[in-house]
Amino acid sequence: MNKPEYKLRPDLAIIAHNITANARVLDVGCGDGALMAALRDQKNSDARGIEIDPANVSAAVTRGLSVVQGDADTDLSEYPDNSFDYAILSQTLQTTHRPDIVIDNLLRIGKYAFVSFPNFAHWRVRLSLGFGGRMPVTRLIPEKWYNTPNIHHVTIDDFRAIVRERQWIQENQWFLSGDKQTSRAGANILAEHAVFLLKKD
Amino acid sequence: MNQDERFGLDKNVRLLGPLKLDSGAEFAPIECAYETYGTLNSDKSNAVLICHALTGDQYAASTHPVTGKDGWWLNLVGEGKPVDPNHDFIICINVIGSCLGSSGPSSVDPSTEKPYGMDFPVITIADMVRAQAILLDHLGIETLAAVIGGSMGGMQALSWTVQFPQRVKSAIIIASAARQSAQNIAFHEVGRQSIMADPRWAKGDYYDGDPPTSGLAVARMAAHITYLSEEGLTKKFGRRLQDRDEKSFGFDADFQIESYLRHQGISFVDRFDANSYLYITRAMDYFDLADDYGGVLANAFKGTKTRFCVISFDSDWLYPTSESRRIVHAINAAGGNVSFVELESPFGHDSFLLPAPEMNEIINGFLKAAP
Repeated sequence: MNKPEYKLRPDLAIIAHNITANARVLDVGCGDGALMAALRDQKNSDARGIEIDPANVSAAVTRGLSVVQGDADTDLSEYPDNSFDYAILSQTLQTTHRPDIVIDNLLRIGKYAFVSFPNFAHWRVRLSLGFGGRMPVTRLIPEKWYNTPNIHHVTIDDFRAIVRERQWIQENQWFLSGDKQTSRAGANILAEHAVFLLKKD
Repeated sequence: MNQDERFGLDKNVRLLGPLKLDSGAEFAPIECAYETYGTLNSDKSNAVLICHALTGDQYAASTHPVTGKDGWWLNLVGEGKPVDPNHDFIICINVIGSCLGSSGPSSVDPSTEKPYGMDFPVITIADMVRAQAILLDHLGIETLAAVIGGSMGGMQALSWTVQFPQRVKSAIIIASAARQSAQNIAFHEVGRQSIMADPRWAKGDYYDGDPPTSGLAVARMAAHITYLSEEGLTKKFGRRLQDRDEKSFGFDADFQIESYLRHQGISFVDRFDANSYLYITRAMDYFDLADDYGGVLANAFKGTKTRFCVISFDSDWLYPTSESRRIVHAINAAGGNVSFVELESPFGHDSFLLPAPEMNEIINGFLKAAP
């Protein structure tokens, strides 16, 4: 049987590529289920999702996925400890009320957690804020300050700092610029987007 | 074309049972009134059971014999609808305790040749489901592709997945709960007291004479309020007066909402038996899926292989979203497969019976995506 081809968002492609086969996966903020469907079909994952937007839930259910309408800030506490191999939070961290508690929950629920987010210290953002004096609107942060869902902007160095502070273990990290993977050197300025793989201990 | 005489519209069958009841009693024989739509496929893998609500019946998609009204779930069931007789073999069964042909307090006790009345045993949601299972055995249907229900129908669907997990591939639970709340028990008690306060109720022995229609009508009026929402009532009626320009300074139905409720009450008594109302509300009040599992709902779903789809409506205050979420959390905690969505609608609990394109879309997607 031919496996269906999936054109995934670059950060999701990195996550999909690095998940072991036959894993139990919880995708928090799964959108229309693109990553879950790819994981199910290509990695034989047992994937579950949480999504806040009912239209997205409906789209994901139509793909045959199990998705629950819910909120990363309030509903993760209902999931039992160690019930998944991976918990994924892609481009959702910056929209949560308490990103630190959300990651604690991811690491409680999953053995590993993938966290991806747009880097607020990318040079374009710095230019916009530093020289333009305006809240940045870029490709990955497309909304204006007043209607953005991003309430906790974070930089790669900020994230590294909290990983150290909380003594989470960083298993791996990937950086993206213009949808292409880019080097670790100078990532906090040069990367538009970061993907971290964490574990608890 | 169904050649099988067991299948089709307006079917009745007497089954020997016996049906073991939660109360400890045994009940036999069991009268089952049901309808089927569509054709059972050769490997019997396309059976879909529709479970009806408190005052519903087996006429989900055909004309009601008493009221002459269209089937109560034509919005979901029918050609081109998510549950489609061209694709599914659809079964809808009048619950025991009811009054549209299945065994209930108004049916005749063969041992006395008189209606059971209050001698009918107190039944539970689980008993209703076990009776349905006995009928499905008779119909030669082992596995259900899906069991679907709203409100009390959702309770039955849940009970199916817990009592007969191996027989249910998927379950859709709409505007329902895994237990009846204190507030809902309270509303039911108001309805029951209203029936029993009607002198014509005569301790349930009224089948030779005048039924307690006043009591039943008031019970229905009170219940009907709980099926709607304040927003819906305000939109539909507001404070508008009924067929008059001035208040009457009396106790006529001055307001449109009063007139509407009175109509709801009066028309209900033509199609429903007061004793059935007592028995079925009791069954709902006794419902708590966690009862047999040490109060831990998640344990009811342990090892479940059923796919679940849970749907709630934001304006439903009778079976609010929090009750649906409770089901979802329990299934998740048990490692089960569950999808959940809360839909927007101004129409309260009744939303699941009304045209709801978003509900149809998700049910259609869920059913068609079955592996």
